[in-house]
Amino acid sequence: MSVQTQSAPAPAREGEQPLLSVRNLRVWYELKKWGFGHAGYVRAVDNVSFDLAQGEAIAIVGESGCGKSSLMKAILGLVRPYSGEILFEGKDIFAGGRAGLRWYRSQVGYVQQDPFGALPPFMSIRRILEEPLILGGVKNRKERLKRIREVLEEVKLSPPEDFLNKFPHMLSGGQQQRVVIARAMIRRPKLLVADEPVSMLDASVRVEILKLLRQIQADYNLAVIYITHDLSTVRYFSERIFVMYAGKLIEKAATDELLWHPRHPYTIALLNAISDPDASNAHKLREVPPGEPPSLVNPPPGCRFHPRCKAMIQGRCEVDEPPEFEPRPGHQVACWLYEAGDRIPPGWSEEA
Amino acid sequence: MFRGALREISRYPSAIFGLLVIFALVAISIYTVITLPYHEAIRLWRGGEEIWGDNPRLAWPAWINYFVKEKRPLTQKRTSHDADVERHEQQIDENLWVDDVVYTFEYTADTFPQELTVTLYSEYKEKAPYVSITLERPDGQVLRLANLAVEGGKRVYRLEQDEQLHRKLRLPEHVSTIIGVFAEDPTAADPRPLKGTYILRLEGTRFEPDSTLESKAVLYGTVYGWAGTDHLRRDLSIALLWGTPIALSFGLLAAVGTTVLTMIISAVGVWYGGWVDSLIQRITEVNLVLPVLPILIMIGVFYTRSLWAMLGVIIVLSIFGAGIKTYRAIFLQVKAQPYIEAARAYGASDWRIILLYMVPRVVPTLIPSLVTLIPSFVFLEASLAVLGLGDPVLPTWGKVIDEARVNGALYQGLYYWMLEPSFLLMVTGIGFAMLGFSLDRIFNPRLREL
Repeated sequence: MSVQTQSAPAPAREGEQPLLSVRNLRVWYELKKWGFGHAGYVRAVDNVSFDLAQGEAIAIVGESGCGKSSLMKAILGLVRPYSGEILFEGKDIFAGGRAGLRWYRSQVGYVQQDPFGALPPFMSIRRILEEPLILGGVKNRKERLKRIREVLEEVKLSPPEDFLNKFPHMLSGGQQQRVVIARAMIRRPKLLVADEPVSMLDASVRVEILKLLRQIQADYNLAVIYITHDLSTVRYFSERIFVMYAGKLIEKAATDELLWHPRHPYTIALLNAISDPDASNAHKLREVPPGEPPSLVNPPPGCRFHPRCKAMIQGRCEVDEPPEFEPRPGHQVACWLYEAGDRIPPGWSEEA
Repeated sequence: MFRGALREISRYPSAIFGLLVIFALVAISIYTVITLPYHEAIRLWRGGEEIWGDNPRLAWPAWINYFVKEKRPLTQKRTSHDADVERHEQQIDENLWVDDVVYTFEYTADTFPQELTVTLYSEYKEKAPYVSITLERPDGQVLRLANLAVEGGKRVYRLEQDEQLHRKLRLPEHVSTIIGVFAEDPTAADPRPLKGTYILRLEGTRFEPDSTLESKAVLYGTVYGWAGTDHLRRDLSIALLWGTPIALSFGLLAAVGTTVLTMIISAVGVWYGGWVDSLIQRITEVNLVLPVLPILIMIGVFYTRSLWAMLGVIIVLSIFGAGIKTYRAIFLQVKAQPYIEAARAYGASDWRIILLYMVPRVVPTLIPSLVTLIPSFVFLEASLAVLGLGDPVLPTWGKVIDEARVNGALYQGLYYWMLEPSFLLMVTGIGFAMLGFSLDRIFNPRLREL
């Protein structure tokens, strides 16, 4: 690691303190030998930094195993980072001990991928929604019930009475996901972390759920981190997109900018792989990057994408880790191609 | 979920039967504890001749008469206080009183009585009252049984032990006195009792003005109560009744204690993982190869045989049993469920997650095994008792079986003594098993396909 990324990620709105600020975050899991010996680390998240403003929605895109779940868990305070810090309203979330973490957790909502698995099957909807309130210290039963009714209306499960005493298996997938969103929203958080919230749902309800999330975000000026491997749903949602590869954020840009002017060869490969419902595609072989994502225990030196990259620069990419360049305003990319400034990357036509 | 389960139970006849059996056992327990308090039961069960003296020894239950052709006699007991007893008192002179008592026994049974005893009580200063006892048979024959001075305030006359009478009646060696007295023809090959009214006359003579003379006559039958008696003349119904609450509470406490603790320990191991899990697993593996029964026998021999101490040892030894491994397999799956992660994300504490999020997932599989486990602990208690390690104080089913075995009940043909407690044990086992297997089908629906 020769070049340290010391970039100051640009906040979306100038002059404001970011709501969430991730600084040089590393989530490394220790590998053990014989139960006690050290055998190395899985570098699931390696040196990730970004800022998130109040009310802003970002998407983190990457394939399975790229470390996006570990990044999410660190942001939720579920795993301790190996190094680096996560600042929420300027305070390190792990610095305040148990009480600090408890307060932070009341400010963050979490929407999971599998709605059925995310709801305890032996609890009624009412009990499920009550749990965060009990833990949040709402002692009065009536007050809790009032808030539960309110939040069920917000996620359009109305009338709430029809749902309060039901169990998760009695609801449809879309309704279950609405309950999950209701649970995330019940303590009026400032930040919502959504981990592939629609990937397990039927295509017919996906759009509804995305619209619901979008509306809640607008209504409550919520910051949202939307984690997905599916670029096709991203546009509905986010203002900025971060592309993650092998534990690193390799490209950060506003949504339209990234979709129309991608710069990193990996992003281009991802965009080229989006399926279009076009009959002629059945006979066309799609270009996907050769090889597999690298091992996170022994990542390749230099740029981690170089073994699969068509545009690799010999003597550069496999030696030095690329810092973040800013070829276009507000568009950061960690790729040596842009050392000298902006250019149209190979494999992409800007007019497309 | 549980309301649904109740509705489903009604679809299984075996579950209803099991429930009825369990309800019956619980009802018996409640009835026993209320009508025969613990200390009273212990006092009776550990009492001797003063409590049980008027009961026949080794008597079959009375209902046996419904099943046999030759009806067996019940015990008949009379005292000189009884209202229907004839009594004549007369002063002959200054220092002589005649005090006659006549007891009549209606004898209708087809087999011989066990024994006839006359107990005489007297209060006197210097000269003991004198009593002569005669028995008039239905055929008019009068037998002079004995002439006794009531010395020491109490004398007991036992017909069966009266060697003199045996000689006087010129009975063959193999014919007992009781048969000699009660048979139509004592020398017949198969003597039969003479039915009718037997009149027992006590002709008393008192020599002091303030002296008293009271008596009691008992014609011992060979059947007693609904449960019969044992070798100490004790009413077996006390042990059978009190065995029910003891068996149920022992089985329930042991089953609940072991399964619930096992489940929680297993969940703690899975949740914390690391060295906690390793420690629990190693303890379990070592404990699994420790033999429970020999350890219990050793504790019973060297330390204590108290039922509740045994219960504690059983629970301690069973906590780290095979259940730890079974539950661990389930909890490992539960731990990986997204809802656990969600609970962590909204700030549920470790114990809250273990007790409110993990354990409830296992409860449905736990209930059937819990129900089927109860009788196995009841049997274990009985096994310990049969091995001579039963509680020294409490009357339990196992203790009755053990005493029946030690006293050779089966060799003597006293089947009721061993079969009654065995029957109760069996019914308990069947009742819980039938309910447990049905619950297993209800809570684990996949079994229905098998």
